[in-house]
Amino acid sequence: MSLYDAIQEVRAIYPEDSESAVLPALRLAQGEYGWLSPDALREVADALETTPAYCKSVASFYDQFHLAPIGEHLVEVCTNVSCAVVGAQRVVEAFEGELGCHAGETSADGKVTLRTVECLGGCGWATIVAVDHHYRTHVKADDVPAIVQELQGVVETHGD
Amino acid sequence: MGTEVEKIVLAGTDDRDLTKLAEYEAVGGYKALPKARAMTPQEVTEELITSELRGRGGAFFPTGRKWSFVPSKEQIPKPHYLVVNADESEPGSFKDNEIISRVPHRFIEGCLITAHAIDSKHVFVYIRGEYSGPYEILVNALEELKDRPEIRGDVTIVVHRGAGAYICGEETALLESLEGKRGQPRSKPPFPAISGLYASPTVVNNVETITTVPPIIAMGGAEYAKLGVPNTRGTRVVSLSGNVVNGGNYEIAPGMTVRAIIDELGGGIPDGRELKAVVPGGSSTVILTKDEIDVGYDFDSLGQLKTAMGSAGIVVLDDRCCIVQLGIRFSEFYEHESCGKCTPCREGTRWLTAILRKLEDGRATQADLDLLLDVCDRINGKCLCPLGDSDAIIIASYVAKFRDEFIAHIEEGGCPFGGESSLDHVLAPIAMHTHSPVAEVPA
Repeated sequence: MSLYDAIQEVRAIYPEDSESAVLPALRLAQGEYGWLSPDALREVADALETTPAYCKSVASFYDQFHLAPIGEHLVEVCTNVSCAVVGAQRVVEAFEGELGCHAGETSADGKVTLRTVECLGGCGWATIVAVDHHYRTHVKADDVPAIVQELQGVVETHGD
Repeated sequence: MGTEVEKIVLAGTDDRDLTKLAEYEAVGGYKALPKARAMTPQEVTEELITSELRGRGGAFFPTGRKWSFVPSKEQIPKPHYLVVNADESEPGSFKDNEIISRVPHRFIEGCLITAHAIDSKHVFVYIRGEYSGPYEILVNALEELKDRPEIRGDVTIVVHRGAGAYICGEETALLESLEGKRGQPRSKPPFPAISGLYASPTVVNNVETITTVPPIIAMGGAEYAKLGVPNTRGTRVVSLSGNVVNGGNYEIAPGMTVRAIIDELGGGIPDGRELKAVVPGGSSTVILTKDEIDVGYDFDSLGQLKTAMGSAGIVVLDDRCCIVQLGIRFSEFYEHESCGKCTPCREGTRWLTAILRKLEDGRATQADLDLLLDVCDRINGKCLCPLGDSDAIIIASYVAKFRDEFIAHIEEGGCPFGGESSLDHVLAPIAMHTHSPVAEVPA
C-alpha cells in the first residue's frame, strides 16, 4: 500500500472535519522514510489536504519525530531519576564508548543513533534502554557491548 | 509478594495469562459488562459514586461525579466521547504500562462499561508513543474481540498513539494532541465534560481508573467502598523504583505505610545503604524525608504532610543522592517538557535549572537561594496547567526539607558529595540538545 493510501485509511478512522490523522500520518511517513524530510512533510500535507508548515509545526512538538536523518537503529537511554540513581549514566557512557559518538549523535558508520530520553515508564526495571522502540530492562553498562554488536550486525539475531 | 492486598485491578495475573480472551473469560471476565448494560447509564454512574472511586491519574477527582457532569444529548446534541489517558509519563510511574500489558481485556471491559455510563459510542485510548509493547498487546486484545459483537456492541475503540510529550498527560493538552495539534493545554472552563474532544462532551479517565470499573460493577459499589480507608477506597497500584531491591508494581491496600511498601514489598534498600528520601507520587510530589515514611499511603495521610499519591510513583533515594542534583534533574525534565504556552512556566523552569546548576557548581550565594524560592513563587499557580507548578512545588520542598544541604553547597563552594552522588553528571535530554544551551544566571 502506498503512503498516500495508508494515510487515507487512517484518516477514515476520525471525524471528517478533524485533523486527528496528523500524528498517525507523520508516524507512517517516518516509518517509510526513517525521518521527516521536507519532502516527507509535503507528502503528508498533500495526503491530508493541509500544509507542510502545519505538519512541521506539529512534528517539531514531539520528541519521537525526527526532523533530521537518524541512523539505521535508534538507541534511547532513559536518564530520569529512577534510572539515573541505579547507573543510567554509566550505560550512556558505555554506549558512547562502543559507538564512538556522543549522545545526540550517530555512529560514524551511520548504523546507530544514540540519545538520552526522559522517563520511559519502566522505572522499577531500570535502567531502561529503548532499542528501536522496544524496551530492554535492567540494562547495565556491562550489557552494552553485546547490544551494540547486535545492532552492528556482528551477531546474527534474526537468521536472515 | 508478602503483604500485597487481594488484587482487584491485577486480579488473576499471578496464575494466568490474562492477555488472552479465553483466560480472561475463564476468571469471570466480560461478565460485569452485561450487568452494566442491563442498568441505565445513571444507575451505573450512581454505582461508581457509591464506590467512592477517585481518579488514579493523579488529580484524584471522584470518578462517578466526573461522569455525572456529562450533559444529556437533549441539553447538548453532540456525540459523547470517552478518552482514556494512557499517556503515562510521570517520572516514577509505570503502573499503566503494567496494567495494559497484563490485563488488557479488563481495561477494555472498563472502557465499554464507561462508554455505556456516559452514553458514548466512541472511545479513544491515547497511549504514549513510547509504549510499543503495551500498544501491541492492547491492539491484539481488541483483535480478539472482532468476532464478539455481543461484547463490542456498537462502540468503536480507537487506539491513538502519542509521539513523545509529557504535557499530553494533562487532559486538555491530550485533547489538543488527539485533534492533531501541538499538545498545549487549553484554558478551563469550559471543562471537557461540556466541551472536550471536537468541542463535544468528553470524559477523560486514567487507565487504572477505567480498569477498576469492571470489578466495581461486579462486586457492587458498596462492597468496593468497604475496602481501603476514608477518601481512598479500594486498592491502589503503586510503582516502586529507585534505590530499592525489588522495583516493580504492587497492588496495595491504601493506608499501608510507605516504610512497609519499601521494606516489605520492595525488600528494602540495596548495597547496605541508608534511606535518604522518598518521592511519594511521581516527580511532581513534595518529597518525604527518611523520618516521614511511617505515613500511610493514602490521600488524607499524605495530605497531612502536604504531599500526595499523585500517579503513585514511589521513588526511593539512598544516602548517595545529592538533593541539589535531584532538583537539577527534575527541573531539567520540566524545562524540557514545558510546552512554552505560559510565560511563568516557560521561563521559570529554565531559571530554576540555571540557579540550581549555579548552586551545584559552587558559584552561588545566599542571594541565589533566595532567588530560587522567589522564582518558585512566580511560577506557582500562574499558569494554565500544573506542569510549572510541579517544578516550583518540589524545588521549594527540597529547600524546605534539606536546607542544610543547599547551604553546604554555598559555604563549601560546591557539591559536598565531591563527585560521589548517585546523580552525578547525569546527561538529561535538554543538556544534550546543543541548540538550546542552558540559561546562565548573571553573576
